[in-house]
Amino acid sequence: MLHTKSARLKSTGVAAAAALLLALGACSSGDDGDAGGSGEGGGDTPYVALVSKGFQHQFWQAVKQGADDAADELGVEVTFEGPETETEVDKQLSMLQTALDKNPDAIGFAALDSEASIPLMTDAQSRGIPVVAFDSGVESDVPVTTVSTDNAAAAAEAAKHMVDLIGGSGKIAVLGHDQTSQTGQQRVTGFVDYIEQNAPDVEIVDTQYAGGDQLKSADAAKSILQAHPDLKGIYGTNEGAATGVVKAVQEQDMAGELTVIGFDSGKAQIDAINDGLMAGAITQNPVGIGYETVKAAVAAIDGEDVEPVIDSGFYWYDADNIDDPEIAAVLYE
Amino acid sequence: MSTTTTPVTDTLPESVTSPRGPRYRQGLQQILAFAGLVAIFAFFSIASPYFLDWANMKGILLASAVTGIMALGATFVIATGGIDLSVGTGMTLCSVMTGVFLTNMGLPLVVGVLGGIATGALLGLVNGVNVSFLGIPPFIATLAMMMVAQGLSLVISGTKPIYFSDVDGFTQIALGELVPGLPNAVLIFFLAAVVAGVLLSKSLLGRYALSIGSNEEATAISGIDVRRWKVLVYTVAGVFTGLAGVVMASRLNSAQPGLGLGYELEAIAAVVIGGTSLRGGKGTVLGTVIGALIMATLTNGLRIMSIPQEWQKVAVGIVILLAVFTDILRRGKDA
Repeated sequence: MLHTKSARLKSTGVAAAAALLLALGACSSGDDGDAGGSGEGGGDTPYVALVSKGFQHQFWQAVKQGADDAADELGVEVTFEGPETETEVDKQLSMLQTALDKNPDAIGFAALDSEASIPLMTDAQSRGIPVVAFDSGVESDVPVTTVSTDNAAAAAEAAKHMVDLIGGSGKIAVLGHDQTSQTGQQRVTGFVDYIEQNAPDVEIVDTQYAGGDQLKSADAAKSILQAHPDLKGIYGTNEGAATGVVKAVQEQDMAGELTVIGFDSGKAQIDAINDGLMAGAITQNPVGIGYETVKAAVAAIDGEDVEPVIDSGFYWYDADNIDDPEIAAVLYE
Repeated sequence: MSTTTTPVTDTLPESVTSPRGPRYRQGLQQILAFAGLVAIFAFFSIASPYFLDWANMKGILLASAVTGIMALGATFVIATGGIDLSVGTGMTLCSVMTGVFLTNMGLPLVVGVLGGIATGALLGLVNGVNVSFLGIPPFIATLAMMMVAQGLSLVISGTKPIYFSDVDGFTQIALGELVPGLPNAVLIFFLAAVVAGVLLSKSLLGRYALSIGSNEEATAISGIDVRRWKVLVYTVAGVFTGLAGVVMASRLNSAQPGLGLGYELEAIAAVVIGGTSLRGGKGTVLGTVIGALIMATLTNGLRIMSIPQEWQKVAVGIVILLAVFTDILRRGKDA
């Protein structure tokens, strides 16, 4: 009895799962139909597939916003996808593979690992699909251009402000978010190089990484504060790291005792700057990255020449200029 | 829930109630784990002048709270010989739902917090039904739930963090200090541990969970409705997941839909370091608390010594291996 009952339950389960899959399949093939149709049919609307480093982080949502703006303006169709975390290189490559298989008119690609993507870059080239690299470069001559922030220069700008704000001497620390990606490395090395070359009296006593996870960043920053009681400043290299530093300073009741400098935006950082917990931060121009990527892709589809590197720029923002229209436009909550 | 706190009547056969021999042996792994914690403390206290300091102790306790609360729930599931991979992203979904209730819907604080915890209970209930009534292996059922919860967190939040800035008193849940000097998150962790300890060792729920993990068939033969009790075990684990979600949201003053993945493994590691066997039938809440403290202390101490993050992970991995290996050595003597 028991067996028959569970067997029946199981077959019901299988049937339900199959029905769900069919339903999902119907939805997604509908999407593909729209996208693929315009690409393969060579119809009126060119199709640009963007494969990003992520989609849930506010930064990537802002890039998507810029891409959508350009798509509306230039009359192209854009899709945007990316893996859940910035360590899932393999997942990103299969997304890129799927995007290529849809035979788009152009690809926008933000490589998590530039070496790993080389075979697919070659594949795109052999199919005659132009590639626009965005956010970070790909070590390959396939991409027609690279749209990105000069992260090393941006980090150097953060260092310059740090040196000014702590009065040119003292101990500081760096809380990084990722020591394996090019961007993550440049955000640290750009900062460190500036200090070494321009501020002999400033000592970087510790550099730690916490994966950009706010909770882990807060705990890591607390350890740094604990180990270096005379610290004068901390620099967090992305939204999660910087917010974590602010959290740690608050929880240790050290607000106002040291200079916190952040990177990117997000509501928590904006609030921290308005509240005086954070001295200021560097913001990239994510909307600009998305916009310029699609624009460059359209230019490549039309056979126009594009600059090999398009710098999407960065800004320093603090309590004084946070409400300026130019800054407010590139910040996201 | 009232039935679960009734003292155990002696209905189970002796082989089921004390599956692993005399009681003192069950305590040995906890003593070893505690000795390990003391050794780690001693080591870091000598290695760094900044380690042994109340502010830092507070930091360690706070860092252990969220994973620790999750690990408390996971202890029950692991005691039955099951596993719950959904606690990490499940916790995230609970914090997102707390955000929906409080920030988006503007419900009163208590309702929002209970709603977040209820979300956890619901996830656990679904896990339990999938495992016991549909016969899906726990690894698969909770792996699926891990993905569902992650996806739902992103869908419901619209992939954006939900902030609690307009919810008065919300950050006090984790960071207020009802006991001066001790953040509430730590207090909640300890209180939850006491409740979990009583549930596991003094209630029918705990005794049945352990006996299911020890010998499921024998437990069923002795007249216990194993399937229903398993559903309850997963539901209780879900309640702890929900509580962890609320505490995490309160500490960050926001629900971060992208967090959570990987937290389940830290929780499981804490449980295993504490001497609870993945084969089921054996487990203590005190062990899990010590396990969570060992994980947090190691990470903190290595960071204070400025050991690079990549080596921190190697060290934590080795500690997990050592903990489980001493457990196996001890079992060898039992056999």
